[in-house]
Amino acid sequence: MSVQLRSQINEASGRAPARSATVPVKIAAENVNVYYGPKHALKAINLMIGEKQVTALIGPSGCGKSTFLRCLNRMNDTIGICRVEGLITLDRENIYDKSIDVVQLRARVGMVFQKPNPFPKSIFDNIVYGPRIHGLATTRDELDEIVQISLERAGLWSEVKDRLREPGTGLSGGQQQRLCIARAIAVSPEVILMDEPCSALDPIATAHIEELIDELRENYTIVIVTHNMQQAARVSQRTAFFHLGEMVEIGDTEEIFTNPRDERTQGYITGRYG
Amino acid sequence: MTNVIANGRIVADYRSANYTKQLKARYQAERRFMYYGIAAIAVALSMLAILVGSVVLKGYTAFYDTEITMTVMLDPQLIDPAGTRDSWTLRSADYQAVMRAGLYERFPTVTGRDERRQLAAMLSPVSAEDLQHIVLANPSLIGTKVTVSAPIASDIDQYIKGNIPHTTGEGGGRVSEQQGKWLEALSQDGVVHRAFNWRLFANVDSQQPESAGILGAVVGSLLTMMVTLCMSVPIGTAAAVYLEEFAPKNRWTDLIEVNINNLAAVPSIVFGLLGLAVFLNFLGLPRSAPLVGGIVLALMTLPIIIIAARSALKAVPPSIREAALGIGASPLQVVTHHVLPLAAPGIMTGTIIGMAHALGETAPLLMIGMVAFVGDVPGGVTDPASVLPVQIYKWAAQPERGFVERTSAAIMILLAFLVFMNAIAIYFRKKFERRW
Repeated sequence: MSVQLRSQINEASGRAPARSATVPVKIAAENVNVYYGPKHALKAINLMIGEKQVTALIGPSGCGKSTFLRCLNRMNDTIGICRVEGLITLDRENIYDKSIDVVQLRARVGMVFQKPNPFPKSIFDNIVYGPRIHGLATTRDELDEIVQISLERAGLWSEVKDRLREPGTGLSGGQQQRLCIARAIAVSPEVILMDEPCSALDPIATAHIEELIDELRENYTIVIVTHNMQQAARVSQRTAFFHLGEMVEIGDTEEIFTNPRDERTQGYITGRYG
Repeated sequence: MTNVIANGRIVADYRSANYTKQLKARYQAERRFMYYGIAAIAVALSMLAILVGSVVLKGYTAFYDTEITMTVMLDPQLIDPAGTRDSWTLRSADYQAVMRAGLYERFPTVTGRDERRQLAAMLSPVSAEDLQHIVLANPSLIGTKVTVSAPIASDIDQYIKGNIPHTTGEGGGRVSEQQGKWLEALSQDGVVHRAFNWRLFANVDSQQPESAGILGAVVGSLLTMMVTLCMSVPIGTAAAVYLEEFAPKNRWTDLIEVNINNLAAVPSIVFGLLGLAVFLNFLGLPRSAPLVGGIVLALMTLPIIIIAARSALKAVPPSIREAALGIGASPLQVVTHHVLPLAAPGIMTGTIIGMAHALGETAPLLMIGMVAFVGDVPGGVTDPASVLPVQIYKWAAQPERGFVERTSAAIMILLAFLVFMNAIAIYFRKKFERRW
């Protein structure tokens, strides 16, 4: 079905198919329109996100890339005036279908935000909160194990293993963001959405997170919104360029950056605007 | 100023005399503004100092009263002529006569009927109660001499404290010249002394100033506050959480918000009328009861708590909500696990300030009958009771001089409660302030 869908979308948008045909599709968006009240924020987006790949969404501020990201785990539901039209599927299931439980969806599609936002609780409690509310683990041993695995995954274990009882807000910015990633991993999601995860971090912390994203790709499908084109080039396999609420172009990252088809993309990546 | 634009460029001379002058004026304006501020604070502080100072000066004397150390013979003839020693006889015996006899013994020359009455009037009737307690506790003392500290009559006490003028004759009025002389003689004996006025704290209201106390009012206030707290905090918090976290933002919620703010400005007497009409007349709840008082005050405190709780909830950063939603917490879990705990200090502060407000409220309680004389410590929320501010109001209306200082003393105690509650509010605010 995924191949069929892709060809449909490509026909619709009149563009050549992307090259990564070997990767199964995890998330597909078909003719997605988003409105904030009267404002048409996203216009007829067609987009595929491949499984266990990093897909970067780039584009100038206000182009709708974060809005699109937040559609993928229905975080836009919390905004009263926001209306989403079109079809978004996760493993071929429409996530806006009535039968889909949004809590369950968000457990499957985790999210890391722009500003590190650990709970004002201990590091341990930050990690175990998700597993607890989803009933993944009940015994203390299991929780301990989840904490260790998640923190190891997020590359934070060695730094915090002796102070799990200390507040997560006491960590440095980069550590906090890795804690947030660990917290997302702890509920074992299939997809992790990252909304400019490094924009509040210094270059060293950013490098840390980028390495981490590269490692996480093995097990998770990652969608990352970034303003930093070098970052998109470094961490992603596929890149989508958004502009004024439209998805202008999607393709293999290498191709987008070396040989963009659309002149708007070219203008953006060469720094002429944005 | 000279031409600002010259050859299409903006020209500024920051060293010109003009500019220096302007700069000076600016600093002067700043200094003037500072002085206004200091003056305003000074005025406010001096008003406060005058208020508190006058209350303290008038009231501190209420915390002690004058007693006479007397040795009295517990005459079996006066107390228990039949010698049965049963408690009813002991309870109803004329201890005042015993005390009187003690005084007559000290002043054997006083024999006239009128003079003797004046002499006897120097002792407070309360002294007989004290003696009664002593005898009831230990009946074997009957027939022996005991030494007691007998509180002096309120007017004499006020005379000693200088609140009743030391004039003689008719003008002096309440303390006769004779009584002044007897007091002088007793002072010479060294038996007149000051004692801590424990009755003020341990007794309920009374018509006699020397035995009037605030215990009943304090207990009444506590019971009322308990009812208010139990009603207003859950309802107020629930309303705030719903409005802030769940309710759609539309014209209806706007209307509700405006009306909640209006409710906070409704005069308290109106709430009293509401309580009278609804809780007493319609629902038939008991009159003068802390239950009704508490409910009325809860209605009055609700808007304060709702407004405080809403702003506390608003102050919780949205990133926390997003974080919790992002890992799959349900909206209710977001509120109960994260938002409410973080907003709790703010809600608590608002609650305590609302409670302090309610504690000092008088008018609505007058409407529901809490102004009635209550001679007992209330045992529950449905017993008739009074509250501290109403007690102050009632004492302020009493003509006796002794009630004047007790009014001020009760004000001091009420203020102490309020300061204490506000201190707790500040402590919580400082302790749990911002953690993200």
